[in-house]
Amino acid sequence: MTDRVAVEAILQGRSRSAAAISLVREAALLPVLAVLLIAGAFVNSSFLTVSNISGIGQQISALGVTVVGESLILLIGGMDLSLESTYGLAPMVAAWLIVPVSAFGSGTDLSPYLGIVILLAVGAAVGMVNGLLIVKGRLNGFIVTLGMTIVLAGLQNGVVKAQSLFNLPAAFSYLGSAYVGKLPVSLIVAAAIFLVAGLFLRYHRTGRAIYAVGGNPEAARAAGIKVDRIKIGVYVAGGVLAAIGGLMEAGRVSAVTGSQGYGEGIIFPVFAAAVIGGVSLKGGRGNMVGAASGVILLGLVQNILDLANVSNYWIEAINGAVILFALVLARVIGGEAAAE
Amino acid sequence: MPGGIESAAVPAVQATGIHKQFGSTQALRGVDITLWPGRCLGLVGRNGAGKSTLVSILSGIYAADAGLVRFDGNPAPPLGAVGAWRSRIATVFQHSMVVPGLTVAENVFLGRQPRCSGLAGRAGLIDWRRMRAETRAIMAEWGYQVDAATLCGQLTVEQRQIVEIVRALAAGTRCLLLDEPTAALERGAIRRLFERVRQLTASGVAVLYISHHLEEVFDICQDVAVVRDGELVLTAPAADLSREQLVTAMVGSQVAAGSLGRVPSAPRAGPGAPLLAIEDVRSDSVRGPLRGVSLRVGAGERVGVTGLLSAGVATLARVAAGAEPLSAGRVLLDGRPLVPGRRDLALRRGVGYIPEDRQAEGFVALLGVAENTAMTIADRLARMLGLLWPRVVNAAAAPLIRRLSIVASRPAQPVGELSGGNQQKVTAARALARGPRLIVAITPTRGVDVASKSLLLSELAEAAERDGAGLLLATDELDDLVICDRVAVLVRGEAFAEFTEPPFGREALIAATEGLIAGGRREPS
Repeated sequence: MTDRVAVEAILQGRSRSAAAISLVREAALLPVLAVLLIAGAFVNSSFLTVSNISGIGQQISALGVTVVGESLILLIGGMDLSLESTYGLAPMVAAWLIVPVSAFGSGTDLSPYLGIVILLAVGAAVGMVNGLLIVKGRLNGFIVTLGMTIVLAGLQNGVVKAQSLFNLPAAFSYLGSAYVGKLPVSLIVAAAIFLVAGLFLRYHRTGRAIYAVGGNPEAARAAGIKVDRIKIGVYVAGGVLAAIGGLMEAGRVSAVTGSQGYGEGIIFPVFAAAVIGGVSLKGGRGNMVGAASGVILLGLVQNILDLANVSNYWIEAINGAVILFALVLARVIGGEAAAE
Repeated sequence: MPGGIESAAVPAVQATGIHKQFGSTQALRGVDITLWPGRCLGLVGRNGAGKSTLVSILSGIYAADAGLVRFDGNPAPPLGAVGAWRSRIATVFQHSMVVPGLTVAENVFLGRQPRCSGLAGRAGLIDWRRMRAETRAIMAEWGYQVDAATLCGQLTVEQRQIVEIVRALAAGTRCLLLDEPTAALERGAIRRLFERVRQLTASGVAVLYISHHLEEVFDICQDVAVVRDGELVLTAPAADLSREQLVTAMVGSQVAAGSLGRVPSAPRAGPGAPLLAIEDVRSDSVRGPLRGVSLRVGAGERVGVTGLLSAGVATLARVAAGAEPLSAGRVLLDGRPLVPGRRDLALRRGVGYIPEDRQAEGFVALLGVAENTAMTIADRLARMLGLLWPRVVNAAAAPLIRRLSIVASRPAQPVGELSGGNQQKVTAARALARGPRLIVAITPTRGVDVASKSLLLSELAEAAERDGAGLLLATDELDDLVICDRVAVLVRGEAFAEFTEPPFGREALIAATEGLIAGGRREPS
């Protein structure tokens, strides 16, 4: 057994360097973010001002919270295209029940607090239906959520006959519009959600089970993990998080429009942020540090393009090119496992 | 006869001074290996000794860090030239490499389909008729009976293996690497495979045969090579070697060869209270249906179940582990029914489970050794609010990792990076972690080297001995049944025979699995 002891001694030395490598991989996007910050400062002197940075923070919060939801779903080896419609429908239904008839409301004039509860319930319900269809019904997640996203977008326009809802009560728009000092409330909440989700995934029993289910569902099942329950639970959590993201967005623009979510196609930046951040589309791999850096990267790029006065005609092409570039870079820095 | 016997003066494959390093692990250190036309070389060694790495280098999957590979005296083609490698050497891996959705002929000519003549061919049109005809010709030439037009997904494991061999022959390959080819085969299929190997070598093909089963090596190999810790420690004609010499070479001086066959002490006198009662269970599982099987396992009792692959052995064990739904019958643990198909409930009732296919069900490749090991006890390890601290997980896994001598660089090393034998040990550790009252193990020693095999078996037997756990061991490796007090043999989903007095004679067991001795209660040996 002596040579095994020797092997262990050698490997102990290696484990430290292995840990260092994994740290570099987890933080693969940090240098890119640093480069973007420097580039932004050159492009426009107002880039590095407190008001611009907190503005970026407010803009990306809604996206960020939705990315947390999508990342959880990707981690269990699923995918959910309907988050973008939940992001629009949940605040639409809630606002419709809250605002007066004169602002195209339903006339029920519910309390805004009750409205927020309903918003969360809509998100949970959509997630539950998706989860049941995919897990219990053994249907393909891509097609189920593709169908669902179109249904929900239709409902979003249907309930208000394609009108936009204004005059949101202060309590309803607080999350998306209020500031604490110079910090937007939405950014604080989004950061808290990222932190809690990150710690949950790393240190909670259920968080670890999410990795096990995504990495190998059959092995997780054989080890006594309640695979179906965890999958459905994650779809529900994803729906709730998308609804919260939608609430932030509604508050930020002080309205719920028919195009919020599906009409804007926010599912693409949601997926892009998660994958750039190293969350694998195959499941079981990825973390919240990565997902957050993906979101920040997209926010910085968008802001720099705005500040550089890039023509609206070209902004999408450049945005897409940046996403592709970031993917390639994440693969180069992060190695084989990154950005797949 | 294709080819004809080549001059034996030039080796078919000659690898000299092969070095390969992965990270800080020296996988191969200066290996010289030679394959001669018309001879079968057995390559044996413990898990992690470097066999797989050597196979990968000879197959052109990895480049060696140093050393030279020559085919028929010529230098090996560059690594990327897949076609050129394939025409030199073909590897039949443990896991079938045929595309299930394509026909036999398409699989045989995969990547090198014959084109139509003229312009159509240049445009990429495949000459289907010629492809099928050539496939049929090769099949006929070697006496193989697989229809060229069948989809490979409909073939048996044995037939898929034939497709892979024919693929090699069609490419003109005169050198074949067989990596654990018998792992998923039934006894009859193994016998036929050996016939094919003899036929191939007789026609001048060079064969490298990798196996954990030493009797197979003695059966069909003319020469034997042993790798240990990345070095070739022995090459000799099989006829000059005894089983003991071979084992000693594989294990080195660390473990005396005599202790390898170590089996746990005499079986317990009588079975205790019935712990597990399987009552008239029926199932239509694709793994082998069950047509009304009953079985009891007492506390501290070690019961073996064996039979052919399709006989329902694995299904029965999965039923006992709560991993398989039933169409009729019931399973009682301590007299209370177990909910079929609810593995999570069975675990909490005290059923540990080593699944059949470790890759598919045994572990989560991306997660660490400690986390995989402690996966079954996460609920016990969790602190307030369900928090699971890595420190606690590592501490809980450490004794099991030591007990099963799992070799890993650190507790967080992903199990996917370990060798097959160590992965199997993680799977076993995971099952033992909860201190189960009943252990259900399906082929727990498949693809595991001799020393690890006896370690795994004695751990399972000890769990019964020491902790009074019941053991249900479902296996087609008859040697593993030595630890059992009782062996049930299934034939076509029904209990066919039961052997109640160890030692269990090999011949009697084989006869029973083939359904030859009806109701052989006492076995003669």
